[in-house]
Amino acid sequence: MWKSEKYKIKNWFRNNRELATLPFVLVVVFALMSGLAPSRFLKGSNFQSMAIQLPEVGLFALAMMITLLTGGINLSVITTANLSGIIGALILKTYCTPTDTGTITVLIMVLAIVASLAVSLVLGLINGFLIAHVGVSAILATLGTMTLYDGLGIAITKGYVISDFPKCFLYIGTGTVLGVPVALLVFIVSAYLMSLILARKPFGLSTYMIGSNERATEFSGVNVKGVLMKTYLLSGFLSGIASIIMTSRFNSANAGYGSSYLLVTVLIAVLGGVDPFGGFGKVSGLVMALVILQFISSGLNLLGVTAFVTISLWGTILIMVMGLNNYLEKRRFRTIKKGFSG
Amino acid sequence: METKGFINRLLKRNEIYLLFVIIGLSIMLSIVNPNFLTLENLFDILRSYSFMGILAVGVLVVLLSGGIDISFTANATVAQYVMAYLLVNHLKMNIFLAILIPCVIGVALGGINASLIYFLNAPPIIITISTLNVYFGVLQFVSGGKWLYNFPVWFRNFPKVSVIHLVNPEGIPYGLSILTIIWIVIVVCTFFILRYTTLGRKIYAMGGNTEAAKRSGLNVFQIQMFVYCFMGLLAGVASIIQALLAQTVAPNAIMGRELEVIAAVVLGGASLAGGSGSLVGTLLGVSLIATITNGLTLMRVSSYWQNVFIGLIIIISVSITALQRKAVARRVTAVDVEE
Repeated sequence: MWKSEKYKIKNWFRNNRELATLPFVLVVVFALMSGLAPSRFLKGSNFQSMAIQLPEVGLFALAMMITLLTGGINLSVITTANLSGIIGALILKTYCTPTDTGTITVLIMVLAIVASLAVSLVLGLINGFLIAHVGVSAILATLGTMTLYDGLGIAITKGYVISDFPKCFLYIGTGTVLGVPVALLVFIVSAYLMSLILARKPFGLSTYMIGSNERATEFSGVNVKGVLMKTYLLSGFLSGIASIIMTSRFNSANAGYGSSYLLVTVLIAVLGGVDPFGGFGKVSGLVMALVILQFISSGLNLLGVTAFVTISLWGTILIMVMGLNNYLEKRRFRTIKKGFSG
Repeated sequence: METKGFINRLLKRNEIYLLFVIIGLSIMLSIVNPNFLTLENLFDILRSYSFMGILAVGVLVVLLSGGIDISFTANATVAQYVMAYLLVNHLKMNIFLAILIPCVIGVALGGINASLIYFLNAPPIIITISTLNVYFGVLQFVSGGKWLYNFPVWFRNFPKVSVIHLVNPEGIPYGLSILTIIWIVIVVCTFFILRYTTLGRKIYAMGGNTEAAKRSGLNVFQIQMFVYCFMGLLAGVASIIQALLAQTVAPNAIMGRELEVIAAVVLGGASLAGGSGSLVGTLLGVSLIATITNGLTLMRVSSYWQNVFIGLIIIISVSITALQRKAVARRVTAVDVEE
């Protein structure tokens, strides 16, 4: 009985290598940061500010992850968000002034949010159509749309920043419910729903299968084109949610926001155990990677270290995790070999 | 019959459609603005795109081997900054050191990439995204983001050297820049390496099937080392050229252009999965991007709309290529069924 339980645990660790190493890294990073700046890092206000910064990048990382799972990539996540944010901001700006309150303002806010999400869905649809039906490789298709969406954003705003929205809209990015930031709640719900979809729904299974072997998936009767369309729709939608949070938090929208996030989202996904060639990866790993990177950047920021050191430290950690994984893999092979000879 | 077979073979190549797109665009552009199709404008494009062209050659070689390098912009930035720092602060620098130092740095950083990829047994895309962040972050930290300018006179005069001397109707002299010559030399050398050396054939073999290459006794580490060091070397050379063109060196000037270069190469028919791709295609890919950007400027398209057009043209040209590939695949399947 006990033996089989032990075997089960061992087996789980083998199959979820990232999920086994990441908590370890998480604890080390947390301990390190708390040790280096105990008075500032372990403060409630620090956690509050981390909780406000984290959801945006997290949603972008989720939008990136779903496409990586199918063996694709979505380079347009950031510009999709900017363009949808601009449309929403234009609606808010046209029909409201910053001091407006009341039911009509709330209705206009809802309209702006719906419009943003609708735009993000359309942009995702364009990506999906190019990749699934025209047959363009994901990296090229989304590179083209990345430039196009960025261009549309610049053409609409003429490079200006659209800012100052009504208070009720700002609540989404900066407000709290029982001390928990609204944005964080939005992220938690999104991440939870996505992990459910990936683990329980046929669509989720199909994305993993396409990422492992698209040909075989097609021959086993899965509607590959349909699944790919849905994948990029979902990716666009997640970008749309991120855009609302971003617009609200910055109290402005612009074509150039968040451009440095693009490679960071890939970094978070990969650190979280998502295979960049598709087929493998879990939301839980991604969330842990996200928290690790947030601890590092907030901790170092509190210590007065510049953002650039943080960037290089992220890179170093990713390399170290790859090294650790490689070591564990080798040791596993050695154990298997021993088993054979014994 | 002979010619028909030749044309058929030609039509099966990806590059030819890219060429059609470029020719079509050029005709349209020269109707709108006759200045487009002048030798002067061509030389000008070749000069300003030598930086991107050289990087594209390096990226092609990496893609052929089945790898990918995202970090080459950071690599080039580090090489360029060190060179510029020495040029501005040490007057003893001469032209040989100015060329040698960035190249050595580029090769060294490329070597680090190759070693990490091989010894950690990790996907190149992850390693090079990490090293991109590490190289760039460290450089920004050390340099404090400071811009460098005021280069020695010879450094300022060097990019003005040209080979063919011509005079345009308004009496202003122009010519084929030395920077373009460097690009051409690199392309020819790379062509030779890929086509006529065992190393070049090994790169293709490894990209086609790494496992098969390993089992037939190829030294994977050696090939990877060459490929990433070569990319680093070209990043070093390209960084010199960029510094010569801009005459100011900022630690963030080259950053963010990595995807544009990779896109040009993939647009030129190189496969991200490795093993297939050609120098001709790569040059055409770079030409397409150069034609679009230059054409939009000549057509006086408002700078606000430039990215819209660039995006649309990229989407259209990759769609044409994809649809054409699909059509070929369908024809092949049909033959299989008939037999």
